Amino acid sequence: MPEAAAFAEYVIEFRQAGYVVPSKTPRSILHEVSLGVTDGEVLAILGRSGSGKTSLVKLINRILGFTSGDVLVGGTSVSEWNLIQLRRGIGYVIQEIGLFPHLTVRDNVCIVPELERWPLDRIHRRFLEVMALVGLNADEFGNRYPRQLSGGQRQRVGVARALAADPRILLMDEPFGALDPITRAELQQVFLDLSRRVRKTIVLVTHDLREALLLGTRVVLLHAGRVVASASPEEFLKLQQPEVREFVAASELRLGHIP
Amino acid sequence: MTLWSFFATHRQEILAAIEQHLMLVGISIFIAILIAVPLGILAVTRPRLRALSLALANIFQTIPSLALFGFLIPLPFLGGIGARTAIVALVLYALLPILRNTYVGLTSIEPAILEAAEAMGMSGSQVMFRVRLPLAKGFILAGIRTATVITIGIATIAAAIGAGGLGTFIFRGVAMVSNVVILAGAIPAAILALLADYALGFLERLWKVN
Ligand SMILES: Nc1ncnc2c1ncn2[C@@H]1O[C@H](COP(=O)(O)OP(=O)(O)OP(=O)(O)O)[C@@H](O)[C@H]1O
Ligand SMILES: [Mg+2]
Repeated sequence: MPEAAAFAEYVIEFRQAGYVVPSKTPRSILHEVSLGVTDGEVLAILGRSGSGKTSLVKLINRILGFTSGDVLVGGTSVSEWNLIQLRRGIGYVIQEIGLFPHLTVRDNVCIVPELERWPLDRIHRRFLEVMALVGLNADEFGNRYPRQLSGGQRQRVGVARALAADPRILLMDEPFGALDPITRAELQQVFLDLSRRVRKTIVLVTHDLREALLLGTRVVLLHAGRVVASASPEEFLKLQQPEVREFVAASELRLGHIP
Repeated sequence: MTLWSFFATHRQEILAAIEQHLMLVGISIFIAILIAVPLGILAVTRPRLRALSLALANIFQTIPSLALFGFLIPLPFLGGIGARTAIVALVLYALLPILRNTYVGLTSIEPAILEAAEAMGMSGSQVMFRVRLPLAKGFILAGIRTATVITIGIATIAAAIGAGGLGTFIFRGVAMVSNVVILAGAIPAAILALLADYALGFLERLWKVN
Protein backbone atom coordinates (compact mmCIF):
# COMPACT_ATOMS: atom_id res chain seq x y z
CA MET A 1 0.00 0.00 0.00
CA PRO A 2 1.15 3.58 -0.57
CA GLU A 3 2.69 5.65 2.22
CA ALA A 4 -0.54 7.32 3.21
CA ALA A 5 -1.82 4.01 4.54
CA ALA A 6 0.00 4.32 7.82
CA PHE A 7 -1.74 7.61 8.65
CA ALA A 8 -5.17 6.88 7.30
CA GLU A 9 -7.93 6.97 9.84
CA TYR A 10 -10.08 4.61 7.80
CA VAL A 11 -9.11 1.54 5.83
CA ILE A 12 -12.04 2.21 3.52
CA GLU A 13 -13.77 5.52 3.21
CA PHE A 14 -16.66 6.79 1.11
CA ARG A 15 -16.87 10.56 0.80
CA GLN A 16 -20.23 11.52 -0.63
CA ALA A 17 -19.62 8.88 -3.21
CA GLY A 18 -22.16 8.39 -5.97
CA TYR A 19 -22.52 5.98 -8.81
CA VAL A 20 -24.40 6.58 -12.01
CA VAL A 21 -24.48 3.78 -14.58
CA PRO A 22 -22.72 5.28 -17.58
CA SER A 23 -25.05 4.77 -20.53
CA LYS A 24 -27.25 6.71 -22.91
CA THR A 25 -29.97 6.75 -20.29
CA PRO A 26 -27.92 7.20 -17.11
CA ARG A 27 -29.32 5.53 -14.01
CA SER A 28 -28.35 6.77 -10.61
CA ILE A 29 -27.66 3.81 -8.32
CA LEU A 30 -25.87 5.28 -5.29
CA HIS A 31 -26.24 8.78 -3.84
CA GLU A 32 -23.83 10.67 -1.61
CA VAL A 33 -22.69 7.69 0.39
CA SER A 34 -20.45 8.66 3.28
CA LEU A 35 -18.98 5.87 5.35
CA GLY A 36 -15.71 5.06 7.07
CA VAL A 37 -14.57 1.55 7.88
CA THR A 38 -11.84 1.30 10.50
CA ASP A 39 -9.20 -1.38 10.79
CA GLY A 40 -10.58 -4.70 12.03
CA GLU A 41 -14.18 -3.62 11.70
CA VAL A 42 -16.85 -5.91 10.25
CA LEU A 43 -19.26 -3.65 8.44
CA ALA A 44 -22.53 -5.40 7.65
CA ILE A 45 -24.48 -3.81 4.82
CA LEU A 46 -28.19 -4.46 4.89
CA GLY A 47 -30.76 -3.53 2.35
CA ARG A 48 -33.45 -5.04 0.25
CA SER A 49 -32.87 -6.40 -3.20
CA GLY A 50 -31.89 -3.63 -5.59
CA SER A 51 -30.95 -1.14 -2.89
CA GLY A 52 -27.38 -0.95 -4.18
CA LYS A 53 -25.41 -3.22 -1.84
CA THR A 54 -23.46 -5.02 -4.54
CA SER A 55 -22.77 -1.77 -6.37
CA LEU A 56 -21.45 -0.19 -3.17
CA VAL A 57 -19.03 -3.04 -2.62
CA LYS A 58 -17.84 -2.93 -6.22
CA LEU A 59 -16.85 0.71 -5.85
CA ILE A 60 -14.25 -0.39 -3.30
CA ASN A 61 -12.22 -2.63 -5.63
CA ARG A 62 -13.19 -0.49 -8.58
CA ILE A 63 -15.08 -3.15 -10.48
CA LEU A 64 -17.30 -0.09 -10.77
CA GLY A 65 -15.72 3.35 -10.83
CA PHE A 66 -17.44 5.95 -8.62
CA THR A 67 -18.87 8.83 -10.62
CA SER A 68 -18.99 11.50 -7.91
CA GLY A 69 -17.46 12.15 -4.51
CA ASP A 70 -14.55 9.88 -3.64
CA VAL A 71 -13.78 6.36 -2.47
CA LEU A 72 -10.53 5.82 -0.60
CA VAL A 73 -8.69 2.68 0.34
CA GLY A 74 -5.83 3.07 2.80
CA GLY A 75 -6.23 6.83 2.53
CA THR A 76 -5.70 6.89 -1.24
CA SER A 77 -8.48 7.39 -3.73
CA VAL A 78 -9.15 4.19 -5.64
CA SER A 79 -8.83 6.24 -8.83
CA GLU A 80 -5.17 6.82 -7.95
CA TRP A 81 -4.37 3.24 -7.02
CA ASN A 82 -2.72 0.90 -9.47
CA LEU A 83 -5.75 -1.23 -10.24
CA ILE A 84 -3.95 -4.56 -10.00
CA GLN A 85 -2.24 -3.71 -6.70
CA LEU A 86 -5.50 -2.44 -5.26
CA ARG A 87 -7.32 -5.64 -6.13
CA ARG A 88 -4.57 -8.01 -5.04
CA GLY A 89 -4.90 -6.51 -1.56
CA ILE A 90 -8.66 -7.02 -1.40
CA GLY A 91 -10.29 -10.43 -1.14
CA TYR A 92 -13.66 -10.54 -2.85
CA VAL A 93 -16.35 -13.14 -2.42
CA ILE A 94 -18.78 -12.37 -5.21
CA GLN A 95 -22.49 -12.99 -4.95
CA GLU A 96 -22.55 -15.55 -7.77
CA ILE A 97 -19.39 -17.24 -6.38
CA GLY A 98 -17.71 -17.23 -9.81
CA LEU A 99 -15.32 -20.16 -9.37
CA PHE A 100 -13.26 -21.03 -12.43
CA PRO A 101 -14.88 -24.15 -13.87
CA HIS A 102 -11.70 -25.29 -15.63
CA LEU A 103 -9.57 -25.27 -12.48
CA THR A 104 -9.54 -27.63 -9.53
CA VAL A 105 -10.48 -26.41 -6.07
CA ARG A 106 -6.80 -26.16 -5.26
CA ASP A 107 -5.99 -24.06 -8.31
CA ASN A 108 -9.04 -21.89 -7.73
CA VAL A 109 -8.03 -21.19 -4.15
CA CYS A 110 -4.35 -20.60 -4.92
CA ILE A 111 -4.78 -18.37 -7.92
CA VAL A 112 -3.83 -15.05 -6.32
CA PRO A 113 -0.78 -16.45 -4.48
CA GLU A 114 0.24 -17.95 -7.81
CA LEU A 115 -0.23 -14.63 -9.61
CA GLU A 116 1.84 -13.08 -6.84
CA ARG A 117 4.50 -15.75 -7.48
CA TRP A 118 4.73 -17.07 -3.97
CA PRO A 119 7.15 -20.01 -3.58
CA LEU A 120 5.37 -23.35 -4.11
CA ASP A 121 5.76 -24.65 -0.57
CA ARG A 122 4.34 -21.45 0.85
CA ILE A 123 1.36 -21.70 -1.52
CA HIS A 124 0.78 -25.25 -0.44
CA ARG A 125 0.92 -24.42 3.25
CA ARG A 126 -1.46 -21.52 2.73
CA PHE A 127 -3.84 -23.77 0.81
CA LEU A 128 -4.03 -26.20 3.73
CA GLU A 129 -4.53 -23.27 6.12
CA VAL A 130 -7.42 -21.61 4.33
CA MET A 131 -9.15 -24.92 3.59
CA ALA A 132 -9.03 -25.63 7.33
CA LEU A 133 -10.38 -22.14 8.01
CA VAL A 134 -13.46 -22.72 5.88
CA GLY A 135 -13.88 -26.28 7.12
CA LEU A 136 -13.12 -28.25 3.98
CA ASN A 137 -10.89 -31.30 3.87
CA ALA A 138 -7.98 -30.35 1.62
CA ASP A 139 -7.23 -33.95 0.54
CA GLU A 140 -10.82 -34.74 -0.25
CA PHE A 141 -11.68 -31.58 -2.17
CA GLY A 142 -8.39 -30.26 -3.50
CA ASN A 143 -8.50 -32.11 -6.80
CA ARG A 144 -12.21 -31.74 -7.49
CA TYR A 145 -13.66 -29.37 -10.02
CA PRO A 146 -16.32 -26.82 -9.00
CA ARG A 147 -19.05 -28.78 -10.78
CA GLN A 148 -18.31 -31.70 -8.44
CA LEU A 149 -19.21 -29.64 -5.35
CA SER A 150 -22.46 -28.82 -3.63
CA GLY A 151 -23.62 -25.20 -3.45
CA GLY A 152 -22.43 -24.81 0.13
CA GLN A 153 -19.04 -26.32 -0.64
CA ARG A 154 -18.66 -23.94 -3.55
CA GLN A 155 -19.38 -21.00 -1.30
CA ARG A 156 -16.71 -22.20 1.12
CA VAL A 157 -14.24 -22.46 -1.73
CA GLY A 158 -15.19 -18.93 -2.76
CA VAL A 159 -14.39 -17.71 0.74
CA ALA A 160 -11.13 -19.69 0.84
CA ARG A 161 -10.09 -18.16 -2.47
CA ALA A 162 -10.73 -14.64 -1.18
CA LEU A 163 -8.65 -15.37 1.93
CA ALA A 164 -5.76 -17.11 0.20
CA ALA A 165 -3.40 -14.18 -0.34
CA ASP A 166 -4.14 -12.94 3.18
CA PRO A 167 -5.58 -9.60 2.07
CA ARG A 168 -6.09 -6.84 4.59
CA ILE A 169 -9.57 -6.17 3.29
CA LEU A 170 -12.29 -8.69 2.62
CA LEU A 171 -15.44 -7.90 0.65
CA MET A 172 -18.14 -10.52 0.99
CA ASP A 173 -21.29 -10.19 -1.06
CA GLU A 174 -23.95 -12.48 0.39
CA PRO A 175 -21.40 -15.23 0.92
CA PHE A 176 -23.96 -17.41 2.67
CA GLY A 177 -26.84 -16.80 0.32
CA ALA A 178 -28.94 -19.67 -1.01
CA LEU A 179 -28.03 -22.08 1.77
CA ASP A 180 -30.21 -24.16 4.03
CA PRO A 181 -30.47 -22.74 7.58
CA ILE A 182 -28.18 -25.36 9.11
CA THR A 183 -25.34 -24.93 6.64
CA ARG A 184 -25.83 -21.20 6.86
CA ALA A 185 -25.47 -21.24 10.63
CA GLU A 186 -22.41 -23.43 10.26
CA LEU A 187 -20.78 -21.02 7.83
CA GLN A 188 -21.68 -18.06 9.99
CA GLN A 189 -19.83 -19.80 12.80
CA VAL A 190 -16.87 -20.30 10.50
CA PHE A 191 -17.02 -16.60 9.74
CA LEU A 192 -17.12 -15.63 13.43
CA ASP A 193 -14.14 -17.86 14.27
CA LEU A 194 -12.32 -16.48 11.32
CA SER A 195 -12.96 -12.82 12.02
CA ARG A 196 -11.74 -13.35 15.57
CA ARG A 197 -8.64 -15.26 14.59
CA VAL A 198 -7.45 -13.19 11.64
CA ARG A 199 -7.74 -9.45 11.98
CA LYS A 200 -9.25 -8.11 8.81
CA THR A 201 -11.36 -5.24 7.71
CA ILE A 202 -14.51 -6.82 6.36
CA VAL A 203 -17.45 -5.50 4.41
CA LEU A 204 -20.23 -8.07 4.50
CA VAL A 205 -23.32 -7.69 2.36
CA THR A 206 -26.50 -9.43 3.41
CA HIS A 207 -30.22 -8.90 3.29
CA ASP A 208 -30.66 -10.99 6.40
CA LEU A 209 -31.08 -8.82 9.49
CA ARG A 210 -30.11 -11.60 11.90
CA GLU A 211 -26.96 -12.31 10.00
CA ALA A 212 -26.01 -8.64 10.03
CA LEU A 213 -26.60 -8.35 13.77
CA LEU A 214 -24.73 -11.58 14.47
CA LEU A 215 -21.67 -10.98 12.33
CA GLY A 216 -21.31 -7.22 12.04
CA THR A 217 -19.53 -4.94 14.47
CA ARG A 218 -21.49 -2.18 12.75
CA VAL A 219 -24.65 -2.35 10.68
CA VAL A 220 -25.52 -0.06 7.81
CA LEU A 221 -28.87 0.05 6.07
CA LEU A 222 -29.03 1.01 2.42
CA HIS A 223 -32.29 2.19 0.98
CA ALA A 224 -32.66 3.13 -2.68
CA GLY A 225 -28.95 3.88 -2.99
CA ARG A 226 -28.62 5.93 0.19
CA VAL A 227 -27.21 5.07 3.59
CA VAL A 228 -30.18 5.63 5.90
CA ALA A 229 -28.76 4.18 9.10
CA SER A 230 -25.44 3.21 10.62
CA ALA A 231 -25.22 1.82 14.13
CA SER A 232 -23.79 -0.90 16.32
CA PRO A 233 -25.82 -4.13 16.31
CA GLU A 234 -27.19 -3.30 19.78
CA GLU A 235 -28.34 0.18 18.80
CA PHE A 236 -29.58 -0.74 15.37
CA LEU A 237 -32.86 -2.27 16.53
CA LYS A 238 -33.62 0.84 18.62
CA LEU A 239 -33.36 3.21 15.70
CA GLN A 240 -36.60 5.00 14.86
CA GLN A 241 -36.13 5.91 11.19
CA PRO A 242 -39.07 4.66 9.14
CA GLU A 243 -36.78 2.72 6.77
CA VAL A 244 -35.22 0.86 9.70
CA ARG A 245 -38.57 0.13 11.31
CA GLU A 246 -39.92 -1.11 8.03
CA PHE A 247 -36.91 -3.35 7.42
CA VAL A 248 -37.00 -4.75 10.96
CA ALA A 249 -40.76 -5.33 10.79
CA ALA A 250 -40.47 -7.14 7.47
CA SER A 251 -37.69 -9.32 8.87
CA GLU A 252 -39.66 -10.15 12.01
CA LEU A 253 -42.63 -11.10 9.89
CA ARG A 254 -40.41 -13.63 8.19
CA LEU A 255 -38.28 -14.81 11.07
CA GLY A 256 -40.22 -14.10 14.23
CA HIS A 257 -39.19 -11.67 16.94
CA ILE A 258 -35.59 -10.53 16.81
CA PRO A 259 -34.24 -9.92 20.29
CA MET B 1 -13.97 -52.79 -64.58
CA THR B 2 -15.38 -53.01 -61.06
CA LEU B 3 -14.66 -50.46 -58.38
CA TRP B 4 -12.86 -53.06 -56.36
CA SER B 5 -10.46 -54.04 -59.11
CA PHE B 6 -9.81 -50.36 -59.85
CA PHE B 7 -8.87 -49.84 -56.21
CA ALA B 8 -6.63 -52.88 -56.37
CA THR B 9 -4.79 -51.91 -59.54
CA HIS B 10 -4.46 -48.21 -58.66
CA ARG B 11 -3.68 -48.58 -55.01
CA GLN B 12 -0.44 -46.65 -55.12
CA GLU B 13 -1.99 -43.81 -57.04
CA ILE B 14 -5.00 -43.56 -54.73
CA LEU B 15 -2.83 -43.62 -51.62
CA ALA B 16 -0.67 -40.89 -53.07
CA ALA B 17 -3.78 -38.84 -53.81
CA ILE B 18 -5.03 -39.31 -50.25
CA GLU B 19 -1.67 -38.20 -48.94
CA GLN B 20 -1.73 -35.15 -51.20
CA HIS B 21 -5.28 -34.38 -50.12
CA LEU B 22 -4.37 -34.60 -46.45
CA MET B 23 -1.37 -32.36 -47.02
CA LEU B 24 -3.53 -29.71 -48.67
CA VAL B 25 -6.08 -29.86 -45.86
CA GLY B 26 -3.53 -30.12 -43.05
CA ILE B 27 -1.43 -27.19 -44.20
CA SER B 28 -4.51 -25.05 -44.88
CA ILE B 29 -6.11 -25.74 -41.50
CA PHE B 30 -2.81 -25.12 -39.74
CA ILE B 31 -2.42 -21.73 -41.41
CA ALA B 32 -6.08 -20.88 -40.84
CA ILE B 33 -5.69 -21.60 -37.11
CA LEU B 34 -2.60 -19.43 -36.95
CA ILE B 35 -4.58 -16.56 -38.45
CA ALA B 36 -8.06 -17.01 -37.03
CA VAL B 37 -7.34 -17.80 -33.37
CA PRO B 38 -5.13 -14.76 -32.73
CA LEU B 39 -7.56 -12.64 -34.72
CA GLY B 40 -10.42 -13.92 -32.54
CA ILE B 41 -8.39 -13.10 -29.42
CA LEU B 42 -7.68 -9.57 -30.63
CA ALA B 43 -11.30 -9.10 -31.66
CA VAL B 44 -12.53 -9.57 -28.09
CA THR B 45 -11.32 -6.12 -27.09
CA ARG B 46 -11.56 -4.47 -30.50
CA PRO B 47 -15.10 -4.20 -31.85
CA ARG B 48 -14.01 -2.65 -35.15
CA LEU B 49 -11.54 -5.44 -35.86
CA ARG B 50 -14.23 -7.96 -34.97
CA ALA B 51 -16.73 -6.47 -37.41
CA LEU B 52 -14.16 -6.16 -40.19
CA SER B 53 -12.63 -9.61 -39.84
CA LEU B 54 -15.96 -11.39 -39.55
CA ALA B 55 -17.32 -9.53 -42.56
CA LEU B 56 -14.26 -10.43 -44.65
CA ALA B 57 -14.30 -14.07 -43.59
CA ASN B 58 -17.99 -14.14 -44.42
CA ILE B 59 -17.36 -12.82 -47.92
CA PHE B 60 -14.71 -15.47 -48.64
CA GLN B 61 -17.08 -18.12 -47.40
CA THR B 62 -19.89 -17.05 -49.73
CA ILE B 63 -17.80 -16.94 -52.92
CA PRO B 64 -18.37 -20.25 -54.76
CA SER B 65 -15.23 -22.31 -54.44
CA LEU B 66 -14.52 -22.73 -58.14
CA ALA B 67 -14.95 -18.97 -58.58
CA LEU B 68 -12.54 -18.31 -55.71
CA PHE B 69 -9.91 -20.51 -57.35
CA GLY B 70 -10.60 -18.58 -60.57
CA PHE B 71 -10.07 -15.24 -58.84
CA LEU B 72 -6.81 -16.39 -57.29
CA ILE B 73 -5.11 -17.80 -60.38
CA PRO B 74 -4.26 -14.43 -61.98
CA LEU B 75 -2.93 -12.97 -58.70
CA PRO B 76 0.83 -12.51 -58.36
CA PHE B 77 2.60 -14.43 -55.51
CA LEU B 78 -0.57 -16.02 -54.12
CA GLY B 79 -2.01 -17.24 -57.40
CA GLY B 80 -1.01 -19.35 -60.35
CA ILE B 81 -1.63 -22.99 -61.08
CA GLY B 82 -0.89 -25.54 -58.38
CA ALA B 83 -1.01 -26.39 -54.71
CA ARG B 84 -0.08 -22.94 -53.44
CA THR B 85 -3.18 -21.31 -54.89
CA ALA B 86 -5.31 -24.15 -53.60
CA ILE B 87 -3.95 -23.72 -50.11
CA VAL B 88 -4.66 -19.98 -50.17
CA ALA B 89 -8.26 -20.66 -51.18
CA LEU B 90 -8.72 -23.39 -48.58
CA VAL B 91 -7.31 -21.13 -45.86
CA LEU B 92 -9.78 -18.42 -46.82
CA TYR B 93 -12.61 -20.95 -46.52
CA ALA B 94 -11.46 -22.30 -43.20
CA LEU B 95 -11.13 -18.86 -41.59
CA LEU B 96 -14.77 -18.14 -40.87
CA PRO B 97 -15.76 -21.16 -38.78
CA ILE B 98 -12.58 -20.94 -36.70
CA LEU B 99 -12.74 -17.18 -36.26
CA ARG B 100 -16.42 -17.18 -35.40
CA ASN B 101 -16.14 -20.00 -32.89
CA THR B 102 -13.06 -18.52 -31.29
CA TYR B 103 -14.80 -15.21 -30.83
CA VAL B 104 -18.04 -16.72 -29.56
CA GLY B 105 -16.17 -19.03 -27.19
CA LEU B 106 -14.08 -16.22 -25.76
CA THR B 107 -17.05 -13.91 -25.25
CA SER B 108 -19.74 -16.30 -24.02
CA ILE B 109 -18.13 -16.78 -20.62
CA GLU B 110 -20.28 -16.28 -17.56
CA PRO B 111 -19.87 -12.64 -16.42
CA ALA B 112 -19.41 -13.71 -12.79
CA ILE B 113 -16.30 -15.68 -13.75
CA LEU B 114 -14.79 -12.74 -15.59
CA GLU B 115 -15.65 -10.45 -12.73
CA ALA B 116 -13.96 -12.78 -10.27
CA ALA B 117 -10.86 -12.84 -12.46
CA GLU B 118 -10.82 -9.08 -12.68
CA ALA B 119 -11.39 -8.65 -8.95
CA MET B 120 -8.38 -10.88 -8.27
CA GLY B 121 -6.18 -8.39 -9.99
CA MET B 122 -5.56 -10.33 -13.18
CA SER B 123 -4.21 -8.25 -16.03
CA GLY B 124 -6.01 -8.25 -19.36
CA SER B 125 -3.69 -10.87 -20.81
CA GLN B 126 -3.93 -13.03 -17.71
CA VAL B 127 -7.71 -13.01 -18.00
CA MET B 128 -7.33 -13.99 -21.65
CA PHE B 129 -4.81 -16.78 -21.25
CA ARG B 130 -5.77 -18.16 -17.86
CA VAL B 131 -9.54 -17.84 -18.06
CA ARG B 132 -11.03 -17.04 -21.44
CA LEU B 133 -8.91 -19.29 -23.66
CA PRO B 134 -9.08 -22.43 -21.50
CA LEU B 135 -12.84 -22.02 -21.24
CA ALA B 136 -13.21 -21.41 -24.97
CA LYS B 137 -11.09 -24.29 -26.21
CA GLY B 138 -14.07 -26.59 -26.76
CA PHE B 139 -15.68 -23.94 -28.98
CA ILE B 140 -12.46 -23.34 -30.86
CA LEU B 141 -12.01 -27.02 -31.51
CA ALA B 142 -15.59 -27.24 -32.77
CA GLY B 143 -14.75 -24.48 -35.24
CA ILE B 144 -11.62 -26.31 -36.36
CA ARG B 145 -13.70 -29.43 -36.85
CA THR B 146 -16.23 -27.67 -39.05
CA ALA B 147 -13.44 -26.01 -40.99
CA THR B 148 -11.65 -29.33 -41.51
CA VAL B 149 -14.73 -31.10 -42.85
CA ILE B 150 -15.52 -28.22 -45.21
CA THR B 151 -11.91 -28.08 -46.37
CA ILE B 152 -11.73 -31.81 -47.10
CA GLY B 153 -14.74 -31.37 -49.38
CA ILE B 154 -13.54 -28.24 -51.13
CA ALA B 155 -10.05 -29.65 -51.58
CA THR B 156 -11.48 -32.09 -54.14
CA ILE B 157 -12.04 -29.08 -56.41
CA ALA B 158 -8.40 -28.05 -56.02
CA ALA B 159 -7.55 -30.70 -58.59
CA ALA B 160 -9.16 -28.41 -61.17
CA ILE B 161 -6.22 -26.02 -60.80
CA GLY B 162 -3.62 -28.74 -60.74
CA ALA B 163 -3.19 -29.09 -57.00
CA GLY B 164 -3.68 -32.84 -57.01
CA GLY B 165 -5.52 -34.74 -54.30
CA LEU B 166 -8.54 -37.00 -54.55
CA GLY B 167 -10.30 -34.59 -56.88
CA THR B 168 -7.94 -35.76 -59.61
CA PHE B 169 -9.89 -39.01 -59.90
CA ILE B 170 -13.22 -37.23 -59.84
CA PHE B 171 -12.31 -34.89 -62.68
CA ARG B 172 -10.65 -37.70 -64.62
CA GLY B 173 -13.73 -39.89 -64.11
CA VAL B 174 -15.99 -37.13 -65.35
CA ALA B 175 -13.83 -36.70 -68.46
CA MET B 176 -13.77 -40.48 -69.06
CA VAL B 177 -17.49 -40.83 -68.20
CA SER B 178 -16.47 -43.54 -65.74
CA ASN B 179 -18.36 -43.87 -62.48
CA VAL B 180 -15.73 -46.20 -61.14
CA VAL B 181 -12.99 -43.61 -61.48
CA ILE B 182 -15.20 -40.88 -60.00
CA LEU B 183 -15.96 -43.09 -57.00
CA ALA B 184 -12.27 -43.89 -56.54
CA GLY B 185 -11.87 -40.22 -55.62
CA ALA B 186 -15.24 -39.56 -54.03
CA ILE B 187 -15.36 -42.49 -51.63
CA PRO B 188 -11.99 -41.89 -49.95
CA ALA B 189 -12.83 -38.15 -49.71
CA ALA B 190 -16.11 -38.90 -47.99
CA ILE B 191 -14.43 -41.36 -45.63
CA LEU B 192 -11.73 -38.80 -44.79
CA ALA B 193 -14.38 -36.19 -43.96
CA LEU B 194 -16.27 -38.61 -41.73
CA LEU B 195 -13.11 -39.75 -39.98
CA ALA B 196 -11.95 -36.18 -39.36
CA ASP B 197 -15.39 -35.26 -38.04
CA TYR B 198 -15.41 -38.23 -35.72
CA ALA B 199 -11.85 -37.82 -34.44
CA LEU B 200 -12.16 -34.10 -33.78
CA GLY B 201 -15.60 -34.62 -32.25
CA PHE B 202 -14.07 -37.14 -29.88
CA LEU B 203 -11.33 -34.70 -28.88
CA GLU B 204 -13.94 -32.00 -28.39
CA ARG B 205 -15.94 -34.14 -25.97
CA LEU B 206 -12.76 -34.95 -24.12
CA TRP B 207 -12.06 -31.25 -23.70
CA LYS B 208 -15.60 -30.22 -22.91
CA VAL B 209 -15.57 -32.31 -19.73
CA ASN B 210 -13.89 -29.52 -17.85
N1 LIG C 1 -25.17 -2.34 -15.12
C1 LIG C 1 -26.33 -1.84 -14.64
N2 LIG C 1 -27.11 -1.08 -15.43
C2 LIG C 1 -28.26 -0.57 -14.97
N3 LIG C 1 -28.72 -0.77 -13.75
C3 LIG C 1 -27.99 -1.52 -12.91
C4 LIG C 1 -26.76 -2.10 -13.31
N4 LIG C 1 -26.28 -2.81 -12.27
C5 LIG C 1 -27.16 -2.67 -11.28
N5 LIG C 1 -28.20 -1.90 -11.66
C6 LIG C 1 -29.33 -1.51 -10.82
O1 LIG C 1 -28.82 -0.92 -9.67
C7 LIG C 1 -29.61 -1.22 -8.55
C8 LIG C 1 -28.74 -1.77 -7.45
O2 LIG C 1 -28.20 -3.00 -7.84
P1 LIG C 1 -27.33 -3.89 -6.86
O3 LIG C 1 -26.88 -5.09 -7.60
O4 LIG C 1 -26.27 -3.03 -6.26
O5 LIG C 1 -28.41 -4.27 -5.76
P2 LIG C 1 -28.28 -5.22 -4.49
O6 LIG C 1 -28.62 -4.41 -3.30
O7 LIG C 1 -26.95 -5.89 -4.47
O8 LIG C 1 -29.42 -6.28 -4.76
P3 LIG C 1 -29.47 -7.85 -4.40
O9 LIG C 1 -29.78 -7.96 -2.94
O10 LIG C 1 -30.60 -8.35 -5.22
O11 LIG C 1 -28.16 -8.45 -4.77
C9 LIG C 1 -30.68 -2.18 -9.04
O12 LIG C 1 -31.87 -1.46 -9.19
C10 LIG C 1 -30.15 -2.67 -10.35
O13 LIG C 1 -31.22 -2.94 -11.22
MG1 LIG D 1 -26.33 -7.86 -4.72
